[in-house]
Order: sequence, then C-alpha cells, then structure tokens
Amino acid sequence: MSNRLINILVPVISIILGLLVGAVVMLVSGYDPVAGYIALWNGIFGDTYAIGETIRQISPYILAGLAVAFAFRTGLFNIGVEGQLIVGWFAAAYVGMAVELPKIIHLPLALLAAAAAGALWGLIPGLLKATLKVHEVIVTIMMNYIALHLVNALIKVVAKGGFKTDKIHDTASLRSDFLSEITDFSTLHYGIFIALFMVFIMWFILERMKLGYELKSVGFNENAAQYAGMNVKKNIIMAMVISGAFAGLGGAMEALGTFGNMSSRGGFTGIGFDGIAVALLGANTPLGVVFGATLFGSLKYGANNMPNAANIPIEIVSIVIALIIFFVASGYIIRVGLQRLGKKKEAK
Amino acid sequence: MSTILGVLYIIVPLSIAYAAPLIFTAIGGVFSERSGVINIGLEGLMVMGAFVGIVFNLFFADTFGAWTPWISILAAMLVSAIFSLMHAVASITFRADQVVSGVAINLLGIAIALFSVKMIFGKGQTDFIQKKIPRFNIPYLEDIPVLGPMFFKTVYGSSILAIAVAILAWFVIFKTPFGLRLRSVGEHPMAADTMGIKVNRIRYLAVVISGGLAGIGGAVYAQTFTNDFGHATINGQGFMALAAMIFGKWHPIGAMGAALFFGFAQALAISSSGIPFMENVPSVFLYILPYALTIIALAGFIGKANGPKAIGDPYIKGSR
Amino acid sequence: MDYVIEMLNIQKKFGTFYANNNITLQLKKGEIHALLGENGAGKSTLMNVLFGLYQPDGGEIKVNGKSVNITDPNVANNLGIGMVHQHFMLVENLTVTENIILGSEPTKMGMINIKDSAKEVAEISKLYGLNVDPYAKIEDISVGMQQRVEILKTLYRGAEILIFDEPTASLTPQEIDELIRIMHRLIEEGKSIILITHKLQEIMSVSDRVTVIRKGEGIGTVTTAESNPEELATLMVGRQVTFKTEKGPSHPTEEILKIQDLVVTDYRGIEKVKKLNLSVRRGEIVGLAGIDGNGQSELIEAITGLRKVKSGEIILGDKDVTNKKPRQITETGLGHIPQDRHKHGLILDFSVGYNAALQSYYQKPYSSNGLMNYKEVTKHANKLIEDFDVRTQGEHELARALSGGNQQKLIIGREVDRNPDLLIAALPTRGLDVGAIEFIHKRLIEQRDQGKAVLLISFELDEVMNVSDQIAVIYDGAIVDTVIPAETTEQELGLFMAGHNKNEIVEGSEGAVLKEGEDDHV
Repeated sequence: MSNRLINILVPVISIILGLLVGAVVMLVSGYDPVAGYIALWNGIFGDTYAIGETIRQISPYILAGLAVAFAFRTGLFNIGVEGQLIVGWFAAAYVGMAVELPKIIHLPLALLAAAAAGALWGLIPGLLKATLKVHEVIVTIMMNYIALHLVNALIKVVAKGGFKTDKIHDTASLRSDFLSEITDFSTLHYGIFIALFMVFIMWFILERMKLGYELKSVGFNENAAQYAGMNVKKNIIMAMVISGAFAGLGGAMEALGTFGNMSSRGGFTGIGFDGIAVALLGANTPLGVVFGATLFGSLKYGANNMPNAANIPIEIVSIVIALIIFFVASGYIIRVGLQRLGKKKEAK
Repeated sequence: MSTILGVLYIIVPLSIAYAAPLIFTAIGGVFSERSGVINIGLEGLMVMGAFVGIVFNLFFADTFGAWTPWISILAAMLVSAIFSLMHAVASITFRADQVVSGVAINLLGIAIALFSVKMIFGKGQTDFIQKKIPRFNIPYLEDIPVLGPMFFKTVYGSSILAIAVAILAWFVIFKTPFGLRLRSVGEHPMAADTMGIKVNRIRYLAVVISGGLAGIGGAVYAQTFTNDFGHATINGQGFMALAAMIFGKWHPIGAMGAALFFGFAQALAISSSGIPFMENVPSVFLYILPYALTIIALAGFIGKANGPKAIGDPYIKGSR
Repeated sequence: MDYVIEMLNIQKKFGTFYANNNITLQLKKGEIHALLGENGAGKSTLMNVLFGLYQPDGGEIKVNGKSVNITDPNVANNLGIGMVHQHFMLVENLTVTENIILGSEPTKMGMINIKDSAKEVAEISKLYGLNVDPYAKIEDISVGMQQRVEILKTLYRGAEILIFDEPTASLTPQEIDELIRIMHRLIEEGKSIILITHKLQEIMSVSDRVTVIRKGEGIGTVTTAESNPEELATLMVGRQVTFKTEKGPSHPTEEILKIQDLVVTDYRGIEKVKKLNLSVRRGEIVGLAGIDGNGQSELIEAITGLRKVKSGEIILGDKDVTNKKPRQITETGLGHIPQDRHKHGLILDFSVGYNAALQSYYQKPYSSNGLMNYKEVTKHANKLIEDFDVRTQGEHELARALSGGNQQKLIIGREVDRNPDLLIAALPTRGLDVGAIEFIHKRLIEQRDQGKAVLLISFELDEVMNVSDQIAVIYDGAIVDTVIPAETTEQELGLFMAGHNKNEIVEGSEGAVLKEGEDDHV
C-alpha cells in the first residue's frame, strides 16, 4: 500500500471508527443508532435551510482549523485558538457596534479588529516561547481562561452591567439577503468566502512565500534554521501571530455573521478545541482543513436535529467528535494495521 | 484588627476547601508526568469524577447514609481511573500525541457526562444531592486561639484527606522503589529498560493513578460546592490543577502549596465583595489571577528545564 | 572447549533488512574478546540480542553450554550478562547508588534502604579499584567516572560476562589506559569480556581474540596475536584499505581566520573557551584535536555566530566577525559542516532539494520579492546531487531517507558550492563507513589545494594525523600546542589532549620524545 493512500485512509478509518463507536454508545444507552444517524443526516442535508445553516457553521471551523494547522506546520501547538477566537469575537462585536462608518470601511475594520485581537492573544505565548522558551501549550491554555473571564468582564462594561453587547450596525454585518434567500432564509452569511480566502492565504504563505520556507524550517528544526541564518525568534512569533489572526477571524464570523453581538459566556465555545480535530483530520494542510471543517461543522449543526427527530441527546455528536480525534491521534496503530493488511495481500 | 481576623476566619477555610480538589488532581498530574506522560486530560477526568460522584450520591444516598459522599468519591475514583486508561492506551501503546489525546479526553469526558445526564434525568443537570461532604471540628486543636478557628473548625473531611494524599505521594515518589522507577522512567526510559524495569507498565500505572486522583478531585469539588452536576460544574479546575502541578515543579508538596495558593485566589474572588478593603477590586482580576500567575511563573522563576526529560515521548524499544 | 557464551548463526531482521545474518561468536572464560566491524555493520544489534533488548529471528544462544532464551534484560542479568553501554544508561538527576540499585532495590519497611546499598556499592567499587562516590549525582561527575558507574551497575548485579560497547569513544588516552587496567583486573577476578569497537589499535593492545563482522555477516574469528592491523582492516572492510590519505604538501599563504584571546561561556555562564588563540591560513588544513567537551563545540559556535562571544575577537579574511549574526558571517566567506548533521546540518523532514537551498534560499534566483522560486531550487539541487555523488531517488526525497554518508555529502556539497574562503568541518566523518570517509577526506584536501582554508575538528587521532597539515590541540578551552603531524606521535598528542604541556612531558619523561625546533608554531 502506498504511503499516500495510507495518509488518506487513516482519517477516513478514524471517522468510520468514530461513527461506529458512537453507534455502539447509542445502542448500549437504549437508543436507535439508525434513527439517530438518519436524524443527523437530515439535520445536515434535509432541506436547503439546513444546508445553509450547515455551511454557516462550517466557516468558523475552517478558520479555527487553519489556526491550529498553521501553528502545527511551524512546530507550535496552539491550544489557545479558543481564547483567540473569543477575543476576536468581542473585538469585532465592539467595533461593529461602537463606530459608525460606511460599509466599505466599517466591515473590513471590524474584521481587522478581530484578526488583530486574535493576533495579540497569539503574540503573548509566541513572545514567551521565542524569548524565554516557555512552552506554548501551557501558556495558551492559561490564555484561554484569561480571555474568557476578561471578555465577560468587558461585555459587562460595554453593556453597562448587562450580559450582552448591543447589535452591530448593518455596515459591519456579514449578513447577506441573497445567501439567506437562496437557502430558505437561513442565517448563511458571506463569512464562508472569507474563510475560503484564508485557506488560500495559508497555502500561499506556506508554499509560495519565503516566509513560509522559513516558518517550516523553524517548525521542523529550530537548530538547523538558526544555523542557516534564519531569525528563529521572529519566525516563532510570526507563526503565533498569524495563527492567532486566523482564530480571531473565526470569532468575527460569529460576531458579524451569525449572532451580530456577543453575550457573556459561562464556558468556552468549543470551536477552538474542535479546531484541533479539524486540523488533525486535514493533516494540517489548507485543503484538508476545509474537509475537516466541513465534517465537523456538519456534525455539529446536524446534531441539533437529533433530540427532536430521534430523541437522542445532542452530546452524542460531541462523543463522536472526541472519538474521531482520539482515533486520528492514534493514527500510528491504524497505519500499522493497514501496512500488515497490505503485506498480507502482497503475499497472496 | 478584629475585622482582619474576621475576614481571615472566612477566607482561610474557604481557600483550603477550594484547594482540596486541586491538590488531588494536581498530584495525579505529578504521577502521570513524572512517568513521562503529559496529561492535559485532567479536566475531563475531573468532569467524569464530578459526574460519577454526584450521580452515585443521588442513587445510593438511602443505602449508605452518612457514608454516601465517601463511597461516591471511591466510585468516582474508580470510573475516572478506568476512563484514564484510554489516555494511557493512546499515548503509551498507540504512540499518539499526548497533548491531542488529552484534548480528546477533555472533550469526551464532558460529552459522555452530559449525554448520560440527559439520558438519566431528561434535563441538562442533575438533581441536588442531600448528603454533602461532612465538616468536622478537630478536638483540642479547634480551641487554639486564632489558628483554631482558621484551620481546625468546620474543616471538610476531604481537605484533611487531600493533605494526607500529598504527603503520601511525596513518600511514594521519593522513598519507595516504585517512586524511583517512576522517576527513572520519566527521565531516561531506556536506562530503566536496561535495568529490567517495564517502562510501559509503570507508565500505565502512573496514568491510571492520575485518573483516579483526578476523579477524586472532581467528586470532592462537586460534592463540596455545586451539589449537582451540569455543563459548567467543572470549569477549568482541571487546568488549574495542571497549573498547580507546574507551579509546584512536579513535586507533590510543591503542587499542594500551589493548589493552596490558587484556592486562596478563588476564595478571594468569590468573597471579595464582602471584604472591606477588597470590594473595589473587580473580581475579574481575581478570577484571572491563577492563570496569569502561572504564565508569569513559567516565564520567570521556574525556568526551563524542570519537567521530566522524557516527557511526551512514547518509549519505543530498541530505538535510540 | 569451555565457552561461557555461544551465539550461533544469529539472525536479526528489521523489515526486509538483515542487520545480523549468520553471525557466530564464542566467548571463552577469562578472555577479552573483541567484536570488530564498521559503523552500521551490526555490532550493536548483535549485542542487543545477547542483552535481551532484541529477539533474534534465527540462531541459538548458549550460556555455559545450555541453550537459553533471553527475552529481556532481566533474563540477561540473571544469566550473569552485563552491558556497559556506549551511550551511558544513567539517569542524570539520580545518585550513583540510586542508578545502581534501580530495578532491584533493597527495601526496609517499604522504603528503599539507601544506606546499606551505598555501603555495598562502595565495597564493590573498592574491590575493583573503581573509586566511585556512591552519593554523587550523575550529572555532577566526569565522563570517566560515569563509565565506571556503568561497570559497577553490572558488577552489583553479579555479572560474570561484561559487554563493553565502544567504551573508549569519549575518553582521553590516559583514561583509556585506566580502563584497560580495570578490564584486566576484571579478568583476574574471573570475569569474561566482550569488547565492541572499530578501533584496530585497541584490539591489538587488549584483546585475546577477535570476531569480525561486515554488513551484518559474520566473517570469522582470529587470534589477535596471530594477526595484524592490516589483516583485520581488510577483513572488516572487505578490501585493501589505505591507511594514509593521499595528499601532496601544503602551500599555505595568507591568514584567513585569526582568533585572539577568545572567551566563550556555555548556557550556565561557565567559561568553556578560555583566552583561545588560533590561526588558519589559505591552502592548509588545521586539525583541532582534543577530547570531547574541551570547548570545541563552543568554539565552533562562536566562530559561526551561533553563540555569543564574551571577549576576544574573531577575524575572518579582513573583517571582524565577532558577535555577528550567522548569516553575516556566512556571507563573509564561511562554510560550515556542523558536528551534528541531524541537529544542525539538515532539516530531515525537508526534501533533499529544500535542504540544498538552506544557506541560499533568500538570495536570487532562489527567491525574490518575498516569494520562492522552487524551479531554481530544484535545478540547483540536481546539480549538487550530480557533482557530489549524492545517492538519492531524487531531489524530492526526504533528507531523512538518505544514508548518513549521503546526508554528509549533501551538506558538504551545499557548503563547498558557495565557494567559501574558510571551511569548518566538525566531526565530518562521524558514524560513516570507510568509503564515505575516504570521499570526504578527499574533498577536504581538494578544498585546500584550491587555496581554501580548512579547520577540521575531530576526536579521532588518526583522522587528525592523516588529513591535517597542522594540528592544534585543545584542552580545557585553550590551545595547548600546535604541531606538525610528521613531527609528532599519538602518545605526545594524547598527553597534550590531557592538558600536559611540553615542559611537563620532558620532565615527566612519559615516553614522548620531543624534537627540537617545533615550539614556535601557535
């Protein structure tokens, strides 16, 4: 079996295993897995409205996945996508409501604010990693909680003691009457195009730019990069900043597209953590991220249909997603299994 | 003076109560990471412990009476230990990225718990338990002026247990053959292997111990503070325990100290409005404090090379 | 015949590759038996089979005439087999005693009985003249002492057969003498020894018999006294080997590298290079001889800009490059073959082509306006592959997939191709087979003949002696002396490497004879 085939098969098998184990969980819990998965399917593709909502759900997943994947490609593990997304969400919501400008300036400004906020949240762990060699995993985890508490406090200030910000002005909105109409008045907005454009940006940076060559060098082997005269510190910081900017834009999808504001949160959105799964499933490549985000975005949105249509708790999909992450992470053993299988076939 | 004492009489016991679940979990983390396995799944393991603790308590309160919270803790320990086997299998046998596996454990823990809660109770959170963790007055010690009311009056039984576990962990890790093997496996697994030590067996054991202790931590937290289980019952305590472990330099007593400090920060955050000179400090700063301090500690005085050397690497026999 | 160990027709496969094929080794009681083979010939695999770290795919192992199945190191220990590993198997933040008792800790009421253990360790140490402090932490003791702890570990477990895996790799000649004394003492006490090495002189001086393996195959066993180095070398390599590298006289001209009073510290702030002076001229190869850890790494890193200089200056050509950035120094005319090709020299997960561009990717035509031109990168890589005979499936292959020799050729190609005035070659032949070593030596001499300067850092005395035009000996961060190969001996270099200066040698009269008129080099 060729390596390329195995690389494609590992995520596919992980997804199948995840769905299978999910079915077993449903069976054991006394639910009907067939009815469950039919409800899930209909929740995703049942009608044009569902499709519109599903695509809408995919946009932030693409950006969260890009953020994780970009950092991975440069040797960094950004668990802080969640926090970067939250600050991006707030920044976009704030700029969207607080200033009044023509759309041509206002919308880009709000997007930029989200990207900048996310980038700033990535900058801190990047700086600490580059200058003091503090491990980014721990710092980004801590930054997530700081983001959550801080943004909640800021919402309270902006909302004058309330629990959600005012709606953004139309001039900052990503909402699209056209997209909404063709999908039976779903909340589908222009965000998906921004997400796809960012997919191209990531590919362009990594595969076409000198910066990409340097980032990948630093990611694979810091010592060799330093030997080759690259500025390792600058590249680590750049990687975290760009990664954070992707995540911040993910927050903007929610602020400027889906919700139009931000409410104070009891816990995380989960999008950032799912971004890890998206990136892993997509083998950290830009196109792979689109694939991973499509899967997880669909599962997440489609799950909403499961309690109504099959009386199954929505969390079953979270279980399936967690299992898929688990299986993709354990790719080594799937690989070994596939290689054995391949050998047996050759022997015959 | 008396107001300060009055404040301390509130804050100190509350700090210790908040610290106890962190101590259990952080020490679990010490075992896992000393053996060379990163465990950021502590949060998910705590969630599992909190869920099992509450559900067991609700269902068996009539059977076990006053013993219910303690037996619930045991049940939580057991289930979380079994749950942590997933992390062990993935990161030790399947050579998965240990951080990713930990993320999966966190997602899975909350998903399974909420799924089950909805299945059992038909709503997003459980009922409230009636049998909470009991509080004691420690005879004689409680009569000591100043210190007595601070440390020895209406103490949670779980707090005493937490401190006992910390001391026991120190003894096990630094004085027994198992501890020596645990440390060697996390530092230089191949050296341990050549001495006939079963590296992966020790690592499995360490991860399962961490699961059990995190389970206890979760059950203690839920049965002390929230008394029911819902999606936000455990909200960062696992990561705070992880921070305490790092802050304590992977040492059980250090981790306990850090946990006590974080408990203090949480106690302050919750009661700051009632404290005369704290009422104007926005509580957000106190909520952020443990996390910010961890970052500062990592950046500053803890330095770089403190974690076990072989941490994060699966041990593959015969490779150099 | 009484054999304590018999390994008969041992086979070990990794995938489809035979690391060991039909190797037979028989160890007599009370002998020192050398196992000779090139790097990668399968010596370590064979010994790991004997020690239970690998399971053989074929063949039989007998201990004291009885067939055994060594499934893990515990079994080996119980059979009285102990291994002194080349890369010491010691946990650095534990004490000597803790390392020795690890895995079979004596206890008292559940606690490790550290006191009695330390006493026992001290007793064994005394019996064999090892002189080890049982309470010292491993990270605080010298390399030689660490090796003695490794020996103690096996003796504590009652080993009768000791395997020494390349034990002299990081020792001074004097420490080697000490080790040989210890080995003889072990034999006197009734132990038997297998000595793994690729150094012929060592074999000639200590072993009783030699088993030679080549490319995984057993070649045979000879009695040392009835053989000679030439025969052993031919057996090991499979063809006639010229010990001397072909080269003409050197014609040094102007000075290219001038180092004055250089002081460099390590990451803890401890001085590793101490007021060092060194000069390299066009058209000569200067060999820097010394034991590992005497400041060589820090010196190279300082010259190449990878480490800050505390004081002193480094002049390259006519430019002061002290504390300049690596890229500025590279562009001033420096090529650098780093000592660890996996750590510094290559990005193993990059393709051969990407690696070939590592030092020039930022220049035209490989990139412009912030964008890469991968077409040119590929073209350049193909040229290097051709010119330097890099055996690869193509420039798209990952560098990881190349053999060590080909990886090194790729690095040398990349560095030489930029036409630098000074080429620093740090341990350029480490871990390579004889063919690759010859190729690399030729390339270095070629550079010299084209009027370039070469600074060769090596831990192997014969490499320094064969390739250099001048030898500077480094000890404890400073140059002890500079000599001409033809006018010195390995004994004399050994003493310099241990920090003795000339006067001491004459006074001490340790066998090294000094010739007149060679004390004006520096």
